[in-house]
Amino acid sequence: MLWLGGAAAWAQAPAGNEFDTAVASLPTASYMEKEVLAGQIARSGHPQAQALLQGWLDGKLHADASGHVWLEGEGGYVDPASGSAGKVEADDLEKIGTNNRLRKALKGVLAQFALASPAASARIQAVREMRRELDESAVAALQARLPQETEAAVKHEIELALALAGLQAGEPAQRLAAIASLDGDRSAEVYNRLSQMASGDEADADAAVRNAAGAAVRSIESWRSFYQGVETLFFGLSLGSVLVLAAIGLAITFGVMGVINMAHGELIMLGAYTAYVMQLLLPNHIGLALLLSIPAAFIVSGLVGVAIERGIVRHLYGRPLETLLATFGLSLVLQQLVRSVFSPLNRSVQTPGFLSGSLQFNDLLSVTWIRLYIVLFMLIVFAALWLTLNKTSLGLKVRAVSQNRRMATAMGIATSRVDAMTFGLGSGIAGIAGVALSQLTNVGPNLGQAYIIDSFMVVVFGGVGNLWGTLIGGMALGVTNKLLEPWAGAVMAKILVLVFIILFIQRRKQGLFPQKGRAAEGH
Amino acid sequence: MKLKFILTAAALGVASFAAQAADTIKVGVLHSLSGTMAISETTLKDTVLMLIEEQNKKGGVMGKKLEAVVVDPASNWPLFAEKAEQLLVKDKVDVVFGCWTSVSRKSVLPVFEKNNGLLFYPVQYEGEESSKNVFYTGASPNQQAIPAVDYLMKDLGVKRWVLAGTDYVYPRTTNKILEAYLKSKGVKQEDILINYTPFGHSDWQSIVADIKKFGSTGKKTAVVSTINGDANVPFYKELGNQKISAEDIPVVAFSVGEEELAGLDTKPLVGHLAAWNYFQSINTKANKAEIATWQKFIKKPDRTFNDPMEATVIGFKLWVKAVEKAKSTDVAKVSDAIIGLEVPNLTGGTAQMLPNHHLTKPVYIGEIREDGQFDIVWQTKGEVAGDAWSDYLPGSKDVEADWVKLKCGNYNTKTKKCSGQNY
Repeated sequence: MLWLGGAAAWAQAPAGNEFDTAVASLPTASYMEKEVLAGQIARSGHPQAQALLQGWLDGKLHADASGHVWLEGEGGYVDPASGSAGKVEADDLEKIGTNNRLRKALKGVLAQFALASPAASARIQAVREMRRELDESAVAALQARLPQETEAAVKHEIELALALAGLQAGEPAQRLAAIASLDGDRSAEVYNRLSQMASGDEADADAAVRNAAGAAVRSIESWRSFYQGVETLFFGLSLGSVLVLAAIGLAITFGVMGVINMAHGELIMLGAYTAYVMQLLLPNHIGLALLLSIPAAFIVSGLVGVAIERGIVRHLYGRPLETLLATFGLSLVLQQLVRSVFSPLNRSVQTPGFLSGSLQFNDLLSVTWIRLYIVLFMLIVFAALWLTLNKTSLGLKVRAVSQNRRMATAMGIATSRVDAMTFGLGSGIAGIAGVALSQLTNVGPNLGQAYIIDSFMVVVFGGVGNLWGTLIGGMALGVTNKLLEPWAGAVMAKILVLVFIILFIQRRKQGLFPQKGRAAEGH
Repeated sequence: MKLKFILTAAALGVASFAAQAADTIKVGVLHSLSGTMAISETTLKDTVLMLIEEQNKKGGVMGKKLEAVVVDPASNWPLFAEKAEQLLVKDKVDVVFGCWTSVSRKSVLPVFEKNNGLLFYPVQYEGEESSKNVFYTGASPNQQAIPAVDYLMKDLGVKRWVLAGTDYVYPRTTNKILEAYLKSKGVKQEDILINYTPFGHSDWQSIVADIKKFGSTGKKTAVVSTINGDANVPFYKELGNQKISAEDIPVVAFSVGEEELAGLDTKPLVGHLAAWNYFQSINTKANKAEIATWQKFIKKPDRTFNDPMEATVIGFKLWVKAVEKAKSTDVAKVSDAIIGLEVPNLTGGTAQMLPNHHLTKPVYIGEIREDGQFDIVWQTKGEVAGDAWSDYLPGSKDVEADWVKLKCGNYNTKTKKCSGQNY
């Protein structure tokens, strides 16, 4: 027994030595030296190497004053080589830092460990990680893994990575074969390498290889420009969705009721703050809090809207200028209110996990989840609002009052109650828009001001009093803006859109979809 | 009799009040306490008040107590000039600490020069200025932007550059200097992408997609950001969502500090960089003591301390030293006395006031941590001397500022002429 243990210790000694010396020099090493040390630790073959490197990447590796290294585990601090617990205080420890470059290197060496991981998806991830920096040790690790690999998908990934490395092979025939096997791979690494080979200072010496690389590059480029068009279109639609969300509440208060509500932006802001408060109330369920804040924001902004209508707007019907001034004053009051309650600093509304990241269609096209959800959310809100206005008795009354108030009164509709409900509905929708915006922009007292102009622009452009006009108008403005942006820059694109709307309104005073019939003539 | 007594008492009261007034030194504080800049500037007002309180505890300056005169220019640039005039002419303050944005400084400059006032300006700025009446205790571009670019070029091997900024004077001038600097280092035009966005921009999708495309050519790419204020949050969020990590395309920011990160969701920002002359996380005794004093003064144990606050502290200490050396608060005497004076930085080393009215400063690069503080990944060997006129712009290459030998803030070494400031 004793003898066996001795043999094992002897067998480990060289590995242990390299590991121990590398670990011991970590606390004093510069970032450049640390990168070398990380490679030594990985190659040492020490059983704890992976745990140590992973801990280091996660910021859990510390050193005490004497230069001894400690790994922060779940139960406390342990010695990284032996795993035995140590008695050290967190205050005495200094973190062994990493910088971006070192983290990238650490991820690279950890990926080599992950190649042996049991889950196929983890192995694919590891191959992709290694592809980013294909040095000799990475190629060797991939070549060693290939014959053992059983999963076809992983095998394919490894073959692609090796083909990418094979582009630098000595024989032209090998390089040609590598180009052929990379056909269909449109990733940036392949594209960059191939375009270097096709032309320029580092072009391939062999004409056949140059031609093959050139053909492959042209094929990738045509796909690139196609997907870029798709991407721009999506950006436009998502910007359009934000505009529609912000404007749709206004389409009711301004479009249907004819009230110029300058405090509309502040109702959006209140919705965003509702999302913030909900997350404060449910700090451990960020996603749930966000979902619950949708109805909550509807209620909060809706009630404020009803109060505005009952308290101010009701007395000013038929006097648009005074309504404008009164609601503008009110918007300042509301801003100051949140400044006093929540401080003038921006509040941070957290993004739940399922809303961050992006949906990868292929190497050239990916769509961020948050934007995708916003487009869907806008469509749902729009549909719900359209149904409310066209299929419910409240909607019927709203339309009746807006079309002919006297007749509606004669039919026994309590018009002033309907006015309050309509204004509350529009305000509530603004609150819902605020929840969506809290995920995209800063939640602060000035949030509303950033959207009020855009909202009026969309409603006026789409045609006052027409929900479909708001939808189409918002989408058209969003797409136009994004089409212009690459050519003109963000500042100029906004100006151009504004000029375009002014000219458009000159030609068609009623907007894209003018209201027809008696109601329109009556206005 | 009784009436006479009251009159005497009143007269005595007035006399004693006048005597007391002469016995204080008035310190003007010209920072916005309302409007868009209030977020940043209120902190600096509080910093000056703290410094005055501390100084008075030590017995004031030359045996006189300091008295703060606080005005609110309300983030309104013309109002800055009006309030400055009020401080100098009506309140007759001996020194003013104030301004944040460059446009507010430009607006008060003529007022300070006309009335011969004294202004300490504590924020990093675009340079190209040196006034007889202003001392610049924040960084000039060669103390922040240029070292940051050097770090990216040498340590991270960056070959392609995105210069992204908000559309106003500080980013435009800084980017002009950086572009000239990069080209002088052999970077080609096609490897530089310049982008400007309006204040408070929130839809970053296409710009981030552009950056991604620009950075996917195989050459190491970095973003140098002069994006201002809260537009940074959606910018970093979008970077995170489009899966651009700090390892692939690092962003180095010149306007994102501890105060801006406080109360932010820092997850998407972790690993990105900022360049400053001060970081709260730097572990020195002086720094810890100053932060403790600040948190006690403001009565919030988690309040952050940042670069412009340190610059205010240094400016204040230098002024106190200069007054004691000159034995007077006279602007001309203090201005002469302050040149060459040194005070220790909170993070180590010393800040010396140079003849061009700028300071020597250490430069640090920090990586953003999850808790909103910074890990220092690089720092200059010693202090860097502030340069009022950039050496990389054709218009200011030959211009120098020296208020000791040349007595001029805008001296052209080629034509040997001293031209006045143009605002």
